[in-house]
Amino acid sequence: MPNENMLTRRGLFMKLGILFNGLVAAALAVPILRYVLSSVTRGSSYLGWVSLGHVNEFPEGETRLATFRNPIVMPADGKTVDTACWVRRIEGEQFQVFAINCMHLGCPVRWFPQSGLFMCPCHGGAYYRDGSRASGPPERGLFQYPYKVKDGLITIQAGELPTPGSPNAALDTERPPCA
Amino acid sequence: MRVISQVGDWFERRLQLAAAIRETAEHHVPRNTASWFYVFGSAALAIFLLQVVTGILLAIIYVPSAAEAWNSLQLLNHDITLGWFVRALHGWGSNFMVAIVLIHMVQVFLFGAYKFPRELTWIVGVFLLLMTLGMAFSGQVLRFDQDAYWGLGIGASIASRVPILGPATVKLMLGGPIIAGATLSRFFALHVFVIPGLLIALVGLHLLMVLKLGINDWPMPGRLVKRATYTAEYEELVKNDGEPFVPYAVWKDLFFAAFILAAVAACAIYFGPFGPSGRPDPTIIQTAPRPDYFFLWLYALLSLLPPSLETPALLIGPVVVIFALILLPFVFGEGEKSWRRRPIAVLSILLIAVSLGTLTHLSGFTPWSPHMNAWSGDPVPEHFLKGTTALERQGALVFQVKQCRNCHSLGELGGQRGPTLDSVAVRLTRDQLIRQVIQGGGNMPAYGKNLSPAETTALVAFLATLHPPGQTPARNAALEESQTPAASPQK
Repeated sequence: MPNENMLTRRGLFMKLGILFNGLVAAALAVPILRYVLSSVTRGSSYLGWVSLGHVNEFPEGETRLATFRNPIVMPADGKTVDTACWVRRIEGEQFQVFAINCMHLGCPVRWFPQSGLFMCPCHGGAYYRDGSRASGPPERGLFQYPYKVKDGLITIQAGELPTPGSPNAALDTERPPCA
Repeated sequence: MRVISQVGDWFERRLQLAAAIRETAEHHVPRNTASWFYVFGSAALAIFLLQVVTGILLAIIYVPSAAEAWNSLQLLNHDITLGWFVRALHGWGSNFMVAIVLIHMVQVFLFGAYKFPRELTWIVGVFLLLMTLGMAFSGQVLRFDQDAYWGLGIGASIASRVPILGPATVKLMLGGPIIAGATLSRFFALHVFVIPGLLIALVGLHLLMVLKLGINDWPMPGRLVKRATYTAEYEELVKNDGEPFVPYAVWKDLFFAAFILAAVAACAIYFGPFGPSGRPDPTIIQTAPRPDYFFLWLYALLSLLPPSLETPALLIGPVVVIFALILLPFVFGEGEKSWRRRPIAVLSILLIAVSLGTLTHLSGFTPWSPHMNAWSGDPVPEHFLKGTTALERQGALVFQVKQCRNCHSLGELGGQRGPTLDSVAVRLTRDQLIRQVIQGGGNMPAYGKNLSPAETTALVAFLATLHPPGQTPARNAALEESQTPAASPQK
């Protein structure tokens, strides 16, 4: 009569078999997890400088819509890599380049030069001409792309969808309405 | 006939399933559960099967690439024979499935079916609901149009608000730093492999438990559930007052399932497929994205919550709701089942239904959104202009040109974001109007930098005329008193 607590040869092999499978699973889990998380762990290598055109296309004191192509383009991306942004030329080489995305939930904001406001069609967020929050549900001002002017061309650093959680979004802190 | 039975015998000898199937079909259920209230679970299953079949049919044509998906949907709608119908069946099937699953859940809740010993059946059901909603959202993404693109942006904006992990969550969700080809591919995998696989497994578990534990007996007021005695009582009930499920109860399930499938088909024929709306081209910004029907209430809620409450509500709200649903059968696992003796349960359902209904209704006309074309499109009603001075008319022009109309209505036309201005002069004095226009306040932007003094004067002159004929405009009595004491009436 085999003792219930006694380890038989078959029992040991079964346990070793389970252990062996566990080891293989753990070894496989590392590359699989790295594959699944690859979009997170790539660092910020996806950022790049893209041109919005000649500075003369943007009259001083006005805000114009510009479009640009994402620095990284894959064949299956289609039109999704083309994005718009609002370019405000304050004067000379002083610009502000705002993301199209409302800092509430990312809907595309529209510029109204007459009232000097960006308005969002989704939940009614509004921003002043300098991108600071004017009213509505957004908690902060519009996201601003870093820009450079060189040889008469204005370029911005793009490549990431601006979201309320983006680090740059916090650059434009809310200021009290002008009085 | 003999051939058929021989073939049947050949299979049975190898499969040996007949006894198990017969036992399952003829298992006894309490007579009073053969009710029209007990048909929603099987109807949900019927629609799920419809979704599997139509989903596979769509996958034959659909191309899960951000560059091609929209074109392949156009192909389905216009070129493939009856492609539009299969799309419509799948789209309407999705709406019906969410609705039926919710109705099923309400019925289970009101009939106390989540109580002992069916707690786990309920919890699995909660996850089935979450997956159904996950299918609805990921399905909307696969309809890769403008709404899908900006809907993903909204999803990313919500995910980005998670403390610390926000940016990583966004990249994991989008498959990269932007909404692009990789995003659609992973939502395709979710919608076609991951969630359906989990759904099939959990539906199997859900059904298995219904069979093993027995269908919930009809709740009788006063017949309390006690852990110690319930199982014996239930077995007694099935023995004394039970009937075989097939055919005693199943015919109602069959009739209702067929009715629901016919209703889906009727909607598909009559209303046709959903979209796709415009091309998913982010450079087209003249768009006001809207979610599908079952997320409209959320769309409304996100507009109406105060900004400071929004992030906590978005991140903590779902966790609280899911935990509450999971804890429900443990906290209220015993006691009264009948809705007739559970007024709080009935009131909770009514409250939730009225809230969701109201929010969905509001999202139909979005009073919180500016009307982007009101300033150039909506006329100023004639009676507001009759007999006005040149200055006041100039003010009406300023009112339109400065887009005030996008948020403020006149004569019921224009935005509803701000208060209607039909009688604003009754509420605010001239000084208050000037201050409100220049400094903003409440939910209104400050216009000080965008109006010249002349424009402000004209605008306020116009606004001061906006009062009903019988009512006098607001005036600052204190000011009048101090400035012209002689003019005030003597006692």
